[in-house]
Amino acid sequence: MQRLTRASGWGEAMRVPAILRNSSLVLGAVITLFIVFCALFAPYIATYGVNEMDMRNRFAGPSLQHWLGTDNFGRDLWSRLVFGARVSLSVGLISVGGAALIGTTVGLVAGYLRGWVDLLLMRITDIFLGFPAIVLALALIAVLGPGIFNISLALIAVFWTEYARVVRSTTLVLREQNYVQAAQALGASPLRIIFREILPNALGPIIVLASLGLGTAIIAESALSFLGFGLPPPTPTWGWTLAYGTRFIRDEPWLSIISGATIMITVLGFNLFGDGLRDILDPRQLTRSAGKK
Amino acid sequence: MADDPLLSVEDLEVHFPIRSGVLQRQVGVVKAVDGISFSIGRQETLSLVGESGCGKSTTGLALMGLIKPTGGRVRFEGQEIKSFSRPALKAYRRRMQIVFQDPFSSLNPRQRVRDAIRSALDIHQVGSRKQREDEVAQFMERVGLRPDQANNFPHQFSGGQRQRIGIARALALKPDIIVCDEPVSALDVSVQAQILNLLSDLQQELGVSFLFISHDLGVVEHISQRVAVMYLGKIVEIADKTSIFSEAIHPYTEMLLASEPTLDPRKRHTFSASYDDVPSAINKPTGCPFHTRCPLSTDQCRRDEPPLSSRQDGRLVACHHR
Repeated sequence: MQRLTRASGWGEAMRVPAILRNSSLVLGAVITLFIVFCALFAPYIATYGVNEMDMRNRFAGPSLQHWLGTDNFGRDLWSRLVFGARVSLSVGLISVGGAALIGTTVGLVAGYLRGWVDLLLMRITDIFLGFPAIVLALALIAVLGPGIFNISLALIAVFWTEYARVVRSTTLVLREQNYVQAAQALGASPLRIIFREILPNALGPIIVLASLGLGTAIIAESALSFLGFGLPPPTPTWGWTLAYGTRFIRDEPWLSIISGATIMITVLGFNLFGDGLRDILDPRQLTRSAGKK
Repeated sequence: MADDPLLSVEDLEVHFPIRSGVLQRQVGVVKAVDGISFSIGRQETLSLVGESGCGKSTTGLALMGLIKPTGGRVRFEGQEIKSFSRPALKAYRRRMQIVFQDPFSSLNPRQRVRDAIRSALDIHQVGSRKQREDEVAQFMERVGLRPDQANNFPHQFSGGQRQRIGIARALALKPDIIVCDEPVSALDVSVQAQILNLLSDLQQELGVSFLFISHDLGVVEHISQRVAVMYLGKIVEIADKTSIFSEAIHPYTEMLLASEPTLDPRKRHTFSASYDDVPSAINKPTGCPFHTRCPLSTDQCRRDEPPLSSRQDGRLVACHHR
């Protein structure tokens, strides 16, 4: 731990570099911010319109005119991927946010209260877990119909169980800590203990799950689009571009390769960002000076 | 009411069921605390000593209502704390607090010291926000911490300092009695002395009583007025500190005292009791719980459990032979 020896002499003002020295956080943040930036300012970043066709340049390879080439209708791939970030991010954020919220609440309540509440909530979780994820999502979309919100809803139904189980097991450990007992001894209500004592200490795994979940949700949305259950064309989704590109993969492989790589890099970025966040959110990392442990 | 002791405990019992199998049928019971009685007066320190697993800490947690007792009565100023229901407990908790053994797990790592101490005042809505902040600073100073450390996190403190924070948190509600569950056994010897002195000073100043749970007889001798010796969930002897340390009556007390290391090499262990493992609290010996290790044990000890009976100057001892 080279950092430990160095940190002892570092003053308050030098904290920012300490955060910047976390390389996975920095790399993850750069990728994440870039994707978010693309999604927010898509119309300014895209070099062509989403559905603008350049029939003379169909299946064009990457060039100065079309940075990442064009598809079978001569639509600019770069522009479509930039607009696609909006779809992927919306689905990712809504589904991860919803799943984390529901799952964490269920996990905290089940883990802290134990007894029949725990039993009931965990059996409900098991029921959801019993369905194969993709089948459950497909069934829900078949009922609800396509659309960003409905797809997110289907993904929430698939993903919340993971949060519930992880948070419950973390809660089971934390509720036995002396500081929780101390709060009980002070007369704190269960709600106060759950939110003030347990939740802050359970955040680490939740953040990691959420960042991994963002990646998984983007992949799941792509998979649904790939299977034809996603947003209907001509919506520029990454998954659909990847799936459609496979039709021409022998002659024009970059369509699938580039859209696949986009998904991969985005997921990687979220994962790195989540890893880094977990590290710096631990107060022991922020102020490592007189700490004994 | 004036004659009532501050806290009196009658036949306190904490039994844990052991369940196993698919149907979670009860297959046994751990008698962690098996019918103990004692009382604590104002500004008094009663120590509870005994080996690991004898039920000392469980007693402390049960008194705090953190574990529900399965039997017995607890009276506070003569008033029974009825079945440890929630509203009764909340009022009672302003009067009784606890300091834990482990200074690391007893503080929430994500809570600033200020919030940890203030939470006591927040929960019971004592005074305005400003007054609470002032009180936090006062208590920090009182236990020997600088108020400007209020914004620090627990990991920025040493073990001794953390224990001071724990004490400040327990003091914040100005309780009448504090359960100290081995408050110094995780600390260095030099720091132990500081914390013990702090506790004594606080007792002088605030008139608070302590139930001091410990296995360290040196510490107990330093801090307590009366001592209760526990063995396998039972109290085997209660007496004034001086009489216990000068002349133990119960063979188990004698063994405890003899097992304490001394600095005098000419003093050897003179007691002949076996140092075997303590029998388990699941399958307790019949009769006197100590008969399996006691040099004096007879058939009577194996058969009948000796009651806690009164000896000269108010001592209580549970032994057939002494």
